[in-house]
Amino acid sequence: MARFIVRRVIAAVPVLLGLSVLLFIFVRLLPGGPASAILGQHATPQRIADVNEALGLTRPLYVQYFEYIGRLLHGDFGSSYVDGTKVVDVFLLRFPSTIELTMGALFFAIGLGIPLGRIAARHSNGLIDGIVTVISLFGISIPVFVLGYTLAFFFGVQLHWLPTFGLADPTLGVPAVTNFPIIDGALASLQGGTTAPFVDAIAHVILPSIALGSIPLAVVTRITRAAVIEVSNEDYVRTARAKGLTEKRVDNRHIMRNAWLPVTTVIGLEAGALLAGAVLTETVFNINGVGSWVVDSIRNHDYVVVQSLVLIFAVIFMVVNLIVDIGYAFLNPRIRYS
Amino acid sequence: MTATAATLAATPRTSRGLWGDALRRLMRNGPALVGLFFIAVFVMGAILAPILSPYDPTVGKLADGYQSPSLAHLMGTDQQGRDEFTRVLYGARISLSVGVVAVLFGLIGGTIVGSIAGGAGGKLDGLLMRFVDVMLAVPGLLLAIVLVSWLGHGELQIMLAVGISYSPMFARLLRGSLLALRESDYVIAARSMGASPVRILVRHMMPNALTPLIVQATLFAATAIIDVAGLGFLGLGPGDPRIAEWGEMLTDASSYLQNYPYLIFFPGAAIVISAIGFNLLGDGLREALDPRLKR
Repeated sequence: MARFIVRRVIAAVPVLLGLSVLLFIFVRLLPGGPASAILGQHATPQRIADVNEALGLTRPLYVQYFEYIGRLLHGDFGSSYVDGTKVVDVFLLRFPSTIELTMGALFFAIGLGIPLGRIAARHSNGLIDGIVTVISLFGISIPVFVLGYTLAFFFGVQLHWLPTFGLADPTLGVPAVTNFPIIDGALASLQGGTTAPFVDAIAHVILPSIALGSIPLAVVTRITRAAVIEVSNEDYVRTARAKGLTEKRVDNRHIMRNAWLPVTTVIGLEAGALLAGAVLTETVFNINGVGSWVVDSIRNHDYVVVQSLVLIFAVIFMVVNLIVDIGYAFLNPRIRYS
Repeated sequence: MTATAATLAATPRTSRGLWGDALRRLMRNGPALVGLFFIAVFVMGAILAPILSPYDPTVGKLADGYQSPSLAHLMGTDQQGRDEFTRVLYGARISLSVGVVAVLFGLIGGTIVGSIAGGAGGKLDGLLMRFVDVMLAVPGLLLAIVLVSWLGHGELQIMLAVGISYSPMFARLLRGSLLALRESDYVIAARSMGASPVRILVRHMMPNALTPLIVQATLFAATAIIDVAGLGFLGLGPGDPRIAEWGEMLTDASSYLQNYPYLIFFPGAAIVISAIGFNLLGDGLREALDPRLKR
């Protein structure tokens, strides 16, 4: 297992290096170069030359690239052109919100998708199956932002059931300890002896999670349905029934254990969709996560931030897929990575 | 039993070839026909927009603003007094054309890279696939977002950005099919008869590797419509006030969610229904082109 992990990490290195080269070129090839991106289009040539000099952009490209890589390896992802803050500092501040949101979405997708898929498989080609198929068709066809605004309108504006702005109510004055709104809310609840901050944080994450989780929900439902139907036709399932096991036991021990495998794979693949979807979800629900930061940075022509964030997203995507593959080996003893 | 067998043997099965058979199966697939119908409605709406609506999609009277749906304005009017129905119709022109062309760009790019990699194999294959890996490392829409911010605003730029972001998936799909076909009997036969590698690739392998690409392209058309609207929603759309675009309409309407939810509902429904159309058609094509997958 250790050898497998090492090999995967080594295999990721050339991909990340390639991506860093592309991103480096991307920033260099910006119309007018980084300097005019910082200064705006009305900058004088003298100012542009000064900024180029200050940023070290007048030196040979390969020197600049190796310096860039050197800084990355030291954990220095650069600073924003706009306000000078360090990318790493802001990232650590914003990333917990994005994790909380994507976890919420995953929780929703798996928690609802697997039961739906199982029910549909059991009544395959019946009415319930049809309904589930239509739900998953909607799930993959509705954009995150359309679903997000629809939910915000019904549950926020009309019914006043759930909040639609941010991940926590700032008026509660919950101190930021971990920057995870739910954990901070829980801590504040424990200290203050009131459940309000915790309940508030949970309430805030519900609608964004549903909006972001709709596509993974559809995918998980479809895959679970297909996997359960396929496994149900296996000989060992018939044997299990023949020897008189209860339907529940056959379901849990013989069918689901095997049906989990394709589902796990798909969850790893959906991690990318969740990260990209967070960009839209955070914009709809005004969440100060990494996704809305990407959008803000692009609007502000803050390309150092964009460059670093794309690289970070790629690393996260790879790490998640590695974790999924490791989990896969635990779920399926037939697979031994060596 | 024997009688039926005899009739079956006596009436030679009229084969219409792969495409003829697939078309016949598609025409018997209810959901796929519904999908085709949805797409047809939007295509007709986009083409006939000037006939179907007397209003101008980009200029309205401010005095007519914020009207709820009525007979005069089927979907109401927006903050600038423009007829929402007209804007949804004209928006279909952008969404459908940009979405479909973006997928075509991705298909062309992916086919070139995938056929070279899968056809040539060896070092070139390894090099091209590493490049594909690099592009696939950037999740989904994020790649398109970065590309648009680099290429600039405009319809062509959006088509290119979305197309490029899909091309690695097409390339990998095609390469996979081609690699599997390389060892098939008829390819080995063609090779042993001295057919040139290019001829083998174009005449023998490509036609057999094409069907998964077509299915994927149809499904990606749904994703493309959603992604194009997503770019518009994030302020990376065509950026042309003379153009009605569904994603940009949603951004504009998001400020009025509280009082005028129909401004979100109609362009949102247009995106959902057209995406459902392509998803149903794509699933139907998959079943029609590969009958083994029949549920």
